[in-house]
Amino acid sequence: MRVALFATCLVDFMRPSVGFAAVQLLQQAGCEVDVPLAQTCCGQPAWNNGDAANARKLARQMIDVFEGYDHVIVPSGSCAGMLRHHYPTVLAEDSDYSERANQLAARCHELTGFLVDVLGVTSTGAVFDGRLTWHDSCSCLREMQVSRQPRQLLQALQGCELIELPDNEVCCGFGGTFCVKFPEISTRMVNDKVDTIVTTGASTVAAADLGCLMNIAGRISRRELPIRVFHVAELLAGMTDTPAIGEKS
Amino acid sequence: MRAHSQSFPQRAQVALLDERLQAALAKARGGFVDKRRAALDQLPEFEQLRVAAREIKEHTLSHLEQYLMQFEQQVELSGGEVHWAADPAEACEIAVGLCRDADAQAVTKGKTMVGEEIGLNEALEAAALRVIETDLGEYIIQLAEEPPSHIIAPAVHKSRGEIAELFQAHHHGEEFTRPLETVPDIVDEARKVLRNEFLGADVGITGANMLIADTGSTALVTNEGNGDLTASLPRVHIVIASIEKVVPTLEDATVLLRLLARSATGQSITSYTSFFTGPKRSEDIGGPEQFHVVLVDNGRSEMLGNAYREMLHCIRCGACLNHCPVYGAVGGHAYGWVYPGPMGSVLTPLMIGLDEGHVLADASSLCGRCEAVCPMSIPLPRLLREHRLQSHRDGLMKPLARSMLGFWAAIARRPQLYRWLVERKSRLLHRIAGKRGYLRHVPMAGSWTCSRDLPAPQGGSFVAAWQRRHGGKDDSQ
Repeated sequence: MRVALFATCLVDFMRPSVGFAAVQLLQQAGCEVDVPLAQTCCGQPAWNNGDAANARKLARQMIDVFEGYDHVIVPSGSCAGMLRHHYPTVLAEDSDYSERANQLAARCHELTGFLVDVLGVTSTGAVFDGRLTWHDSCSCLREMQVSRQPRQLLQALQGCELIELPDNEVCCGFGGTFCVKFPEISTRMVNDKVDTIVTTGASTVAAADLGCLMNIAGRISRRELPIRVFHVAELLAGMTDTPAIGEKS
Repeated sequence: MRAHSQSFPQRAQVALLDERLQAALAKARGGFVDKRRAALDQLPEFEQLRVAAREIKEHTLSHLEQYLMQFEQQVELSGGEVHWAADPAEACEIAVGLCRDADAQAVTKGKTMVGEEIGLNEALEAAALRVIETDLGEYIIQLAEEPPSHIIAPAVHKSRGEIAELFQAHHHGEEFTRPLETVPDIVDEARKVLRNEFLGADVGITGANMLIADTGSTALVTNEGNGDLTASLPRVHIVIASIEKVVPTLEDATVLLRLLARSATGQSITSYTSFFTGPKRSEDIGGPEQFHVVLVDNGRSEMLGNAYREMLHCIRCGACLNHCPVYGAVGGHAYGWVYPGPMGSVLTPLMIGLDEGHVLADASSLCGRCEAVCPMSIPLPRLLREHRLQSHRDGLMKPLARSMLGFWAAIARRPQLYRWLVERKSRLLHRIAGKRGYLRHVPMAGSWTCSRDLPAPQGGSFVAAWQRRHGGKDDSQ
């Protein structure tokens, strides 16, 4: 099975280790993985800010780059949701691309959802010693229906104690450009989220979306709390010896 | 009511610092969410009901004219009268006219958000009528001279202490038999004051949760019984309702009713569910001599044919407000008009104009919880995005934000340049952060760093690193 990894702009810029972890997990599960070099941004910032013209241009570019593969795997519920649920709308009136958008949408998956639902992975064989809590990103939970899959894989980590985060349906306040357009409201939301994380007693928090993770890690760092923040791919690939997000090296 | 939606960002900041408001919001939030969840746990057929309700609404909207005509016919058959209002001014004019014709001096009123939408109280007061709100929450905010902050709990932002203070300030001359320390004390006090108003009113004005085409009835749900007293004690009963409230039959109404109270307050049914059909008949012991229904359009027939049609499915339960993290943080007044929360952020720009209301559509993380809890499955995030698309087309976005987005897209469309920039910038930020792993101050990123550190990049682009390790055909020119 030949799959393409769409790393997402945040992983590309902030955290290449998530990209390498995703590749490792996919290869370990028997996939031939390619990382198309022409990948940039899925266009979600444009689409969510009402810039339909640029969203269309970027969506067409993504389709050109990614349509030759069996599956397109994304280590982010939000960007996967853009490809799967929004591209067909973005390009609905584009006679050259609308059908191609539908086809790409059907082949696009969030990483943990793909590992569990399509590849049937039940354990990645990695070790994680500690108390961990899971943050459901809104796009994973509601748009991609991914919530059971990462929990299943995390629970299979050797030594891992997975603690449920209360109010897991509540947004962390990232929301793409929302967090800088309405910084005070976003701050309130992420602060509440961090308070909830603290109540679990977990020493590590993970999620499948780097946007949420940057937001949560940034607030944790500002509050100087001893909680580590990782992307789920890093935990599943056993890559927790690298500094966590926002952690000193 | 004058709209202040443009100042949402400033009003939100004030709200976040208002400790009394924050305490009230925190209390309400937990209550609504937990009660709804408990009620739905007892309703395994929730999803089927949702589908059925949607079908009823969609069917009705597809035949809206037919059902409204049928409703009018049935109201007339039962001895009542229907009045059609295209806009708020017309609706108010009709209502004021009906009060004048009835030689009215005192009007009791309750349970109409459409009344707020059309500015009915101001119009009635301008016509020298004495208006008393009879719903406890509405009565409280009337005394406080504030607009509602929630569509089903208009005074949810007020604490018990604030309410007691208001009553003490306004009920001069009333006999205080005891201090207002508990909720029952407050309710008793309001009941005592309102009782005289009910008995003395010439006209009663209520809203309607539904209009039943088949029978010409208007349905109203309340928990205080004030709707019944407002409707049946005065000589004239005026119902103010928007046109999308019509459903074909009583049976259809029951489907919506099963969803409404559970989604709103977590009750399986409200304490009172009343159906009003026509004026007092000869064999009736009581009831109004006249029964009028004012049907308000105010942009709704236009919505039937545009991208916002599904907003006409809304049954005003308030679940989207109760589950919205933005509403939960800032409360309803920040939204600056009648309807707050996600449903309000969709409706308000349609009613007051996009140039006045577009900021509301921006004030959402598009987290989607509103759509997930909506009993009518209204795609609220999609409708908010629809406003954003229109705002962009209309050039309403701030020029700086617009050009930054355009700049980003221009780079993202040039993969080689993009990769080169990512590689350089991420290494630069990594170096600046040094061993610390985060940045506390970043030029131009104050909106982020005001409360959050910026985690430092690991340094270097993933795609570039992959290319170095694996070569790979560079098809990115």
